[in-house]
Amino acid sequence: MLARVRVPREAKRGEIIEIRIAIQHRMETGFRLDNFGRPIAKNVINALVCRYNGTEVFRAEMGSGIAANPYLQFHAVAEASGEFVFEWTDDAGERGSERASITVTG
Amino acid sequence: MQADEFANPGMLWVTRGEKLWRTPAGSTGAACAQCHGEAAKGMRGVATRYPARDAHSARLVNLEGRVNLCRTRHQKAEALAHESEDLLALSAYVAHQSRGMPISGEVPAELRASFERGRTQYHKRIGQMNLACTQCHQQNWGKTLLAQTISQGHGNAYPTYRLEWQSLGSLQRRLRACYFGVRAQMPAYDAPELLELELYLAWRGRGLPIETPGVRR
Ligand code: HEC
Ligand code: HEC
Repeated sequence: MLARVRVPREAKRGEIIEIRIAIQHRMETGFRLDNFGRPIAKNVINALVCRYNGTEVFRAEMGSGIAANPYLQFHAVAEASGEFVFEWTDDAGERGSERASITVTG
Repeated sequence: MQADEFANPGMLWVTRGEKLWRTPAGSTGAACAQCHGEAAKGMRGVATRYPARDAHSARLVNLEGRVNLCRTRHQKAEALAHESEDLLALSAYVAHQSRGMPISGEVPAELRASFERGRTQYHKRIGQMNLACTQCHQQNWGKTLLAQTISQGHGNAYPTYRLEWQSLGSLQRRLRACYFGVRAQMPAYDAPELLELELYLAWRGRGLPIETPGVRR
């Protein structure tokens, strides 16, 4: 699953940083019918977790109400240089992941 | 949303296109990058002069058509399906290299006849509603139609992410939707009629900056 993440490359210790992630996914609601009137199975990214140097800093549980290609934005406090790791799964069991590193100074 | 490089969902396709650009394809195993180098250099400005005439076949092609010609002709790969994720991704990636550059709108002599047919089509009433493109996009832009504000109907942001589609879509997909809207028979993708309309739209929108990937309601 294709995704784009944005984490500042550098930050000062204690600084509040903005983190963004966008994932390409249809987020099929389960409420739609195909051209033959058959229901299209629900398939959304149901869980996304972001860990900062191993510690969970953000978690989202999503359902049918989230638009296709979800875009999430949240904040964290820069504490130490290291890595943000994002992991998510959809209803079909497909997994995705993405990572971004940060250098913290001061 | 469109101006924010990150929030713009169309950028997901551009990112995908960037990956495909470097991926070998077809029996030649050649990647686009192998022949064209860095897209930022080789593809800069290309979208400003499409649709264009393909010299080999003497046919009018749009950017999607050109990508597919490179696939079949130079990569010896299968053509990508209309509106497939990969075709949208590659054409959006190529068009994105011209972001901010003005559409040329120049009509070379050998495309004059196609252009005139496009102009005629643009002014021709079609469908059960008996409406021409010009009646909505030239004479009534700014007014509302049901819940939508009618725009001037330019093609400079395509492929565009439409919230209604929840996806990126080509200019032809949008044009077909306008045919559907006036209850006219939709021409098939790549029909000369649609390509000629694209050519007319490029002239009509000359000077407008390429915005690909646009974001629309
Ligand atoms: C083996 C070399 C080769 C490969 C691989 C190739 N192309 Fe091309 N491309 C060409 C040539 C040669 C032309 C000039 C037109 C022609 O002869 O078909 C061209 C023209 C183009 C143009 C039009 C440029 C203009 O100025 O009008 C675009 C856009 C393009 N290619 C995109 C792509 C994409 C996208 C891919 C990968 C899917 C690709 N090409 C792969 C050789 C290649
Ligand atoms: C009944 C009115 C109507 C007619 C007739 C009509 N359109 Fe549209 N068109 C719309 C509406 C509504 C939209 C979506 C809102 C907008 O962008 O204007 C639209 C969108 C467009 C867009 C996309 C603009 C953008 O910035 O995304 C283009 C291009 C376009 N039309 C071209 C055409 C062409 C070419 C024709 C003739 C084949 C045509 N339209 C006929 C109502 C119409």
